[in-house]
Amino acid sequence: MGELAAEKHAKYILTVEKKKDDIESVLMEHLRINGAYWGLTTLDILGKLAAVDQETIISWVMSCQHESGGFGGNEGHDPHLLYTLSAIQILALFNKIDALDAEKVSTYISTLQNEDGSFSGDKWGEIDTRFSYVAICSLALLKQLDKINVEKAVKYIISCKNLDGGFGCTPGAESHAGQIFCCIGALAITGCLHYVDKDLLGWWLCERQVKSGGLNGRPEKLPDVCYSWWVLSSLIMIDRVHWIDKQKLVDFILDCQDKENGGISDRPDDAVDVFHTYFGVAGLSLLEYPGLKAIDPAYALPVDVIDRIFLH
Amino acid sequence: MHGRPRKSATPVDENASALKAAKIRSLQSQFLENHHNHIYTKEALEINAKLIECNPEFMTAWNYRKLAFEHNISSQSESEKADSDHIKSIVDEELRVVENALRKNFKSYGAWHHRKWVLSKGNSSTERELRLLNLFQKQDTRNFHAWNYRRFIAGLKNISDEKELQFTTDMINDNFSNYSAWHNRSVLLSHLLEKKVEGYFPKEIFLKEEYEFVRNAVFTDPDDQSGWFYHLWLLDQTVKVDMPNLVSSWPPHGSEITKTTFPVILLFNEPVEGVNLHTVSVQVENDITKNTTWSPLSANKFKCGQAWLTHLTIPPGEFNSSKIFQVKISSEYPQGIISLNGVPCSRNWSFAFGVSVCHDVQPEGHSLRISMGEENFSTIDVNSNMMNFLKSNFDLATDYEQPTSSKWKSELIASEIDQYRELLSWAECKIGKLTLARLLMANDAMITDTAVAPNMTHVEEVLQLYSELMELDPTHYQCYKDEYSLVFLKQVTSSKESLMKYCCQYKESMSLNITGNVCLRFNSLSLSRMGSFERLLWVQSLDLSHNQLHSIEGLEALQLLSCLNLSHNKLVSFMALDPLRFMKSLRVLNISYNEIGAHTVDTRRYLCSSPLSHTLDYDKRFEEFATSDEKVVNFWDAYSVFSGLDIMQLDITGNAAVDERFVLFLVKLFPGLKWLDGEELH
Repeated sequence: MGELAAEKHAKYILTVEKKKDDIESVLMEHLRINGAYWGLTTLDILGKLAAVDQETIISWVMSCQHESGGFGGNEGHDPHLLYTLSAIQILALFNKIDALDAEKVSTYISTLQNEDGSFSGDKWGEIDTRFSYVAICSLALLKQLDKINVEKAVKYIISCKNLDGGFGCTPGAESHAGQIFCCIGALAITGCLHYVDKDLLGWWLCERQVKSGGLNGRPEKLPDVCYSWWVLSSLIMIDRVHWIDKQKLVDFILDCQDKENGGISDRPDDAVDVFHTYFGVAGLSLLEYPGLKAIDPAYALPVDVIDRIFLH
Repeated sequence: MHGRPRKSATPVDENASALKAAKIRSLQSQFLENHHNHIYTKEALEINAKLIECNPEFMTAWNYRKLAFEHNISSQSESEKADSDHIKSIVDEELRVVENALRKNFKSYGAWHHRKWVLSKGNSSTERELRLLNLFQKQDTRNFHAWNYRRFIAGLKNISDEKELQFTTDMINDNFSNYSAWHNRSVLLSHLLEKKVEGYFPKEIFLKEEYEFVRNAVFTDPDDQSGWFYHLWLLDQTVKVDMPNLVSSWPPHGSEITKTTFPVILLFNEPVEGVNLHTVSVQVENDITKNTTWSPLSANKFKCGQAWLTHLTIPPGEFNSSKIFQVKISSEYPQGIISLNGVPCSRNWSFAFGVSVCHDVQPEGHSLRISMGEENFSTIDVNSNMMNFLKSNFDLATDYEQPTSSKWKSELIASEIDQYRELLSWAECKIGKLTLARLLMANDAMITDTAVAPNMTHVEEVLQLYSELMELDPTHYQCYKDEYSLVFLKQVTSSKESLMKYCCQYKESMSLNITGNVCLRFNSLSLSRMGSFERLLWVQSLDLSHNQLHSIEGLEALQLLSCLNLSHNKLVSFMALDPLRFMKSLRVLNISYNEIGAHTVDTRRYLCSSPLSHTLDYDKRFEEFATSDEKVVNFWDAYSVFSGLDIMQLDITGNAAVDERFVLFLVKLFPGLKWLDGEELH
C-alpha cells in the first residue's frame, strides 16, 4: 500500500500536458480544457502549480473562447457549458478571473436556462442536471448568480430527486453518484440543502463503499477511484462523511497508484489517466491525507482559492 | 480509461497505436476544416462519420451533423421536398451513424442526444426504437442512458405506464439484481398513483403486492442491495404523513409564565413556509395582535424553516401588575402554511397560556462564574416545583394531535415485521436488521395516538438491533451509532419520569436568573447526534459535555437556552456552531476541548449561513476586528456565528484554533464577556 507518490504524480501530469501525439491525447483533444482543469487542480493540491507556465496556459484558455462568450473544449471546437466552467476554474486557480469579460460569459450561460429552470449544455438543447451545476457554479465564481432564475433552477433540480434520496440527470432518471454531486453541489452553492433528505441520501451514499474499501457509483456496481470524488464530496456537503470507513478508502486509492510512472487509475492495476489522477488526489484531500491542500467539495477548487473569492 | 489494464506497450502495439492516432488526427483536422467552412457535402459527412466512429464523445462532431442535417433539409429541391423517401433517407442515415457510435460506446452522451434530436425532426417507428433499446438493455441491463432513452420513447410514442411497468417486472424476473429496473418501477408507480389510475389508487391496492414482489428478491439473496432500497421506498409510501404538521410549541398549553417579553416557538415536523400574520393568529385577551412578525430559525434565504419564532411583549399597552393575561395562538389559515413539496397544512391547531406580568430581572452587573459541576446541584425533591415544572411541559393536553393511522397500514407493517423476523432467523443480513429496526420504529410511531405520550413498545429491541449492526458492519459504524443516539433520545424524552433522571436542580446560590432552576444533563452518554428537540423547548440549561457530537443541528429551536455546555465533543469548526447564531438568550457557553481548527475539511461548510452558499453577504465590518492580521480570513466563521451574541462566560480552551491572537479577537468581539476559560476579565 504505502504512501502517496506525490512527486511521481506531479511529474506524470506535467508529461501528459506536453504530449500531444499519442492516441490518448488525440482522443482527449475535444475535452483538453477539462483535462487542463483536472491536471492543474491536481498540481495545486500537490503544491506544484508553480511548475507550469501560467502565461501560456491562460492565453491558450482564452483562445478557446467564442464570440458568444462560451468556451470550446479546445481551439476551434464548439462552445459548451462543460468547457466554460473548466475555463473559469483554471483562471480562478491562477487568480485571473478578471481576465474574463464576466458580463459576456454570464450572458452566454444565462441564455441557456430553459423555461422550467433546467439548463441546456449548448444551443443544441441537451438537458441534464450536470449543466445546472455547471451553470450555477460558473455564475457563482463570476459573482453573477443574479443573471438567472435561481429559484426555478433549484425547483428543476428538486424535480430530479428519486426514491433513494439521490438525483438523476432528468426527472425520472436513476440516481448516480456523479449526478448526485452535481445536484448537491448546485444546492449547496445556492443555499438550498434543506431540500435534501440527508439521512436517506447519506445512507445510499455510504452504502456505495464496497468490501475493498473503494466506492461505486450505483448499487451493485464495481468500485472506481472517480467516485472517491463524487461520493465523498456529496457526503461532506450533507455532513454524513463519517458514515464510511475513511482509512479503507485511503488504502483503496493508494492501491490504484502507478508508483513507477505516476498517475492513478480507476481500479488497482488498470491504466492511469489524468481524470482518475485528479479524482484520486482530490479524494485523498477530502480524506485529510497529510501534505495535501484542502479542496472545496462544492466548487471543486482548492479551499484557499474559494476563500479568496468569497471571503474578501 | 475505465477498465483498461495497466501494462507497458510492446513496440508492435506502439506502432499500431501511432498509426491509429495519425489517422484520427488527420480525420479531425479535415473535419474541423469542413466545419469552419460550412462544407456539408456527402464526402465531408463521410469523414465526420468515420471520426465519430473512432471517437463518439467528440461533441463538436455531433453538432456538425446537426448543422449539416438542417442545411440539407433546407436546401432540398422542390421535387426532393415532395419525396417523403428523400427526407426519410436523410433521417435514416443519421440513425445509422448513431447506432454505429453506440455500438462503439453505448455510454456516449453525444450519440444518445443526437438520436433524440433527430427524432424531434423526423420520424422513426416505435418498433425500431424499441428493438434498438432491447439490444442495448440486454447487453447492459443497467445502462442508464438506455433507460433514460426508454422513458423518452415511452413518452414520445405514448406507451402506457402499465406496459412499461410490465417491462420492469420482466427485467426483474430475469435478474432481480437490477436496481435500474426497481428504480423505474418506483417512478412508474408514482405516476400511476398520481394520475389515480384504476388498480393503483388508493395506494394500499398495490402496496401489498409490491411488498410480496420485493420480498421474493431480498429473500433470494439478502446481500444484494437492489431490492432493499425499493423496500424502504415502499415503507415510506406506507407510513408517510403527506402533510406538514405542528408537533410542538412554547409556551406550553395551559401553562402560566411570568415574563413581560418572551419567545413563542412553533416547531413543525418538516420545514414549512408561510407562517405569518395571516396564517397564525395571536390573541391577547380578546384582541388580535396585528404586529406579530414570525421568522424561521434557519440559514436559507427562502423564508422557510422547521422552527418559527416571534417575541411577544405583554402587556402591549398599560401596565397592570396584578393581572394575568390570557394569550391564545392558533392557526388562522393553516392552508397557507406549506411544506417544501407544496403540500398545505390542513389541520387546525391552537394553544393558550397565561402571562402574569412582572418586571424582567436584568442580569446583575457582577456575576459569579457558573459551573455545571456536580457540586452545584442539589438533590431532587420530587415534591418540589421542579416536578410541576416538568409536568407543565408534558402532561397538558394540546390541540395538535398526530393523525391516527389507518388499519391497513398497521396490518401491513405488522406482517412485514413478521416476515423480516423470519428472514433474520436464518440469515445474518445487515440490511435486513436495519429494515427490521425501521419497521419497528414505524410501527411504534403509527400506534402513537397523541404527541403527548409517544409509544415506545419496541424501542429496546431497536436499540439492540443497532448495537448488533455496529458490530456486524463496522464500516458503517457511525451511521448506526447516530441512529442509536436518536432512538435513545426518543426513549429518554418520551415521558417526564424518564426525563427526570437526567434533570438536576441548581443550588439556590447559583445565578438562577441566568441558569433557570433546572439543568438538563445529557453529559457522558456517548451521543453522536442530538435530536428530540420537540420535547425540549423548555430547556434553559443544557449539559451535552463528554459526548461525540460533531453537529448541533436543530438546537436553534431551544430559544430559552442561556447556558450550554458542549465541552469534550467532536465539533470541528465554528461553522458547526451555526445554530447558536439564532440563540439570542445564550449567556454561558462552553466549547472547550473540541476539535475546532484541527481539520482541513469542514462538513458544516454548506449547512450554515455563509457567502459560499449565498445565504449571507460578506460582512465588511469583520475587517475592523482583525485589521493588520494576515490570517484574518481564518476568523471569519467565528465572527459570523458569534457577532450577534451577548456571551458573558466562555470556555474555549483545548481547541486547535485557539491561540493568543484569537483570544484577543474574542475579547474584542464580546464586550460583555466577564469570564474566559475560568479567568475573570477586567
